[in-house]
Amino acid sequence: MKAETPKKKKVVKTIRIDVDKCNGCRACEMACSTFHARPRYASNNPARSRVRVLFDPLRDLYVPVYAGDYAPAECCGRDRYTIEGKQYDECGFCRASCPSRDLFKEPDSKLPLKCDMCQDDPQLQEPMCVQWCITDALTYEEREEEVEEEPAPAQELEVGLEALADRFGMDQLLEAVTRMSAAKKP
Amino acid sequence: MRYAETGFQLEVDLSRGNIERVETDPRLTELHLGGLGTNARILWERMPPENDPLSPESVLIFSAGLLGGTPATGANRTIVSAVSPQTRLMAYSMMGGFFAPELKYAGYDKIVFRGRAPELVYLLIHNDRIEIRDARHLAGKGAIETAESIKSELKDPNLQVAAIGLAGENRVYFASIEHARSSASRGGLGAVMGSKNLKAIAVRGTRDLPVARPAEFMELCREVLRYIQWRRDNPVKGVPAILAGIGSPQEMAIHDEEWHTTNFAWGNARHRRKDFWTRENEERWRRSQEQAIERLISCYNCPLKCGAIVRFPALGISKYMMKCYSKLTYVMGAMVDDLDFGFRIAGRAQEYGVDAYTTPQVMAFAMELLEAGILTPADVEGMPENHEEKFFWLLDRIARREGIGEVLADGVYWAARRIGRGAEAFDHNTIKKHEQIPIKLGMLNPIYFIMYATGEKINITQIEGQMPQMPFETREEREEFVRDWIQVPHERFKEYFLNWEPRGERAFPHYPPPEVTCELVEWQEMMHYLDDALGICAGLSSFPIKPPYHIHNLPPLVSAATGIDYDEETLWRAANRNRTLVRAVNNRLGLRRRDEKPPEDHWKKRFPELEARLLETYYRYKGWNAEGVPTRETLERLELGDVAEELIRRKVLREEAPAAVEA
Ligand code: SF4
Ligand code: SF4
Ligand code: SF4
Repeated sequence: MKAETPKKKKVVKTIRIDVDKCNGCRACEMACSTFHARPRYASNNPARSRVRVLFDPLRDLYVPVYAGDYAPAECCGRDRYTIEGKQYDECGFCRASCPSRDLFKEPDSKLPLKCDMCQDDPQLQEPMCVQWCITDALTYEEREEEVEEEPAPAQELEVGLEALADRFGMDQLLEAVTRMSAAKKP
Repeated sequence: MRYAETGFQLEVDLSRGNIERVETDPRLTELHLGGLGTNARILWERMPPENDPLSPESVLIFSAGLLGGTPATGANRTIVSAVSPQTRLMAYSMMGGFFAPELKYAGYDKIVFRGRAPELVYLLIHNDRIEIRDARHLAGKGAIETAESIKSELKDPNLQVAAIGLAGENRVYFASIEHARSSASRGGLGAVMGSKNLKAIAVRGTRDLPVARPAEFMELCREVLRYIQWRRDNPVKGVPAILAGIGSPQEMAIHDEEWHTTNFAWGNARHRRKDFWTRENEERWRRSQEQAIERLISCYNCPLKCGAIVRFPALGISKYMMKCYSKLTYVMGAMVDDLDFGFRIAGRAQEYGVDAYTTPQVMAFAMELLEAGILTPADVEGMPENHEEKFFWLLDRIARREGIGEVLADGVYWAARRIGRGAEAFDHNTIKKHEQIPIKLGMLNPIYFIMYATGEKINITQIEGQMPQMPFETREEREEFVRDWIQVPHERFKEYFLNWEPRGERAFPHYPPPEVTCELVEWQEMMHYLDDALGICAGLSSFPIKPPYHIHNLPPLVSAATGIDYDEETLWRAANRNRTLVRAVNNRLGLRRRDEKPPEDHWKKRFPELEARLLETYYRYKGWNAEGVPTRETLERLELGDVAEELIRRKVLREEAPAAVEA
């Protein structure tokens, strides 16, 4: 008898993006950045938002893009879409925080940013960016699905460390950590 | 630690190429808030009346408002201030879009320019990196074209650019500064920028903007957003469609233009066309608008979409961004019945960077002079035969200051005086040398009389708001209207409205009585002065009826954002202080009672004695003397004692506190 892969219930959270309704106001960027400020709402800075509106009104481009996974290296191929005669920028729809561009990185440390669907306790009714988009370009939906158990995703700290290791090399990173911990000892 | 504001401004001396980052005095924030208020302070201190507005000594300020860039919806205004080459008084114009928030994120509240660059330059700001860069390759380029070139040459699509077109370079007295879907148009600020050889400013910022009491502030912002959503879905009843919503007038979304086309005057503010809005015209206009508008767009952090992307491939014009009323001004000024013409010419005008209110009137004025024989065919040699083409031709001449355009580029007032031969009689729609909205009405309206006469902005749309412009027909309708009127400063304002009748004793011109009129005017003014200091869009606050921001929710918002505690009284005082300071700047530049006159023909029915009484009552109400200058006592009460000293030293005020105006 074959062992069954363990299943578990998972909530799939979807943000629907209707680019036809987007007016380019960037309220979503403001809302995301202020929600993730520490302490919460203490500041805002769209450059740190996990959603960015790639927009070019004169070419009629309005694409809210969500920050996805960190990519240590850029991909070997690039994509460039043309939809209904409109040419989108290279990598226009890509969610990766990748070395080829400035998008989805903390402005100073360059650490990668990733949309966490506004993880909070208790969970928000709707993610912040959706709440502030009252033109309904962004709407939110949840559904339950049965999925196979998967390993826990890397935590923010690990992703950050990995990015630092990629940038400075593991040796330098370890050295720095050792130095810092020595300095912090009373 | 400073909150909501950065506490720093950039001082750029274009003559010497010197740039300094200067920490500002927090006491000034407390007194003047920011934006227009602190701009007026700088002009007061650095722009004595001896300095010519277009000389290197003149000062030009780009400022964010105190709330600019915070999560407060619509806090995105850039307040540009200088002395106007046209009115020779203070010019200030607010533009929407994305510029001010970006400046805040770069770490600055303001940029203060002086001097004149030896060659055409632009200023680049990217956080700490600030450069004055060569712009000779941009000379003569359109304003939008310039912004696009700068973004592509620096490979940064996220730059926010404010630029002038050819008109600004040529110091046209009504040249604008253009940015994204917005512009700072009134008063010739583009000419001041041109006189400094400054083609553009490009800014990019990636820093945090903190607020003092985050949770509290966010909750207040949320309430405002909720109200916007509710108000957007619940237009005010009993007023024309164009006045029922919030935001700037929704000219891009609404095609019903009955109100503007039949109430405003066409040509050189001359002809009422009460029967224009026929079914046939409506249908044609609807088609043109649908064809021209690609998408409705917003300013930073605002859901209201008052602007639009205009595309007109069939007509061979490139895309541009339009807002508000400019689709009509050219059509009506040129007396052309075809809305396509408006979309076509506004695109070219925007690349040149000219004010869409003044420009059509200047051209219509020139056409009247031609008809009257004051200008002769020799003066307009080369002008095409086709009526519409004439306006394109005139526009080109003005932007280039070529031929007759050289004279017209100074605006109606100055052009009339330079042309002479009776041309002055055709200058019938200016106040303080500035072209007004083309509107000519029947019965004197006391509220508007005072606002037109005394408004420092010299532009009614940026003074009016809050109150419906006409009384409602029945008592029931009025009662219905005041039911959810939470914006009034005091319950008695509801009474004023309830008692206001279309006819009889309690109608124009004797109702509202002068004292009440002053209260109503002050309310409308103060809301604008608050917006212009805080950097909030008037479309969400001072301009529409029942707006999301008002005197009751602004004090807690400003306090939570800045950590400086204001209540209704102190915030109102700050607005009043700013209003008084702008007045003092203008008094020092020569403004007196003799200048406070709406055009003779603005209303058919005039009442000279009542008008004099209205003006005097208002001066007294504000604590000004008979000449319209704030008294020493008033200035001292508003902590503007140094301003009083200077006005006395310059003999604008007499030493002893003069008795208030006699009633
Ligand atoms: S808030 Fe909505 S409308 Fe505004 S930019 Fe974001 S997605 Fe577009
Ligand atoms: S869902 Fe939350 S984390 Fe993700 S972009 Fe929107 S606001 Fe940011
Ligand atoms: S109300 Fe209109 S003009 Fe004002 S900020 Fe919003 S979109 Fe801009």
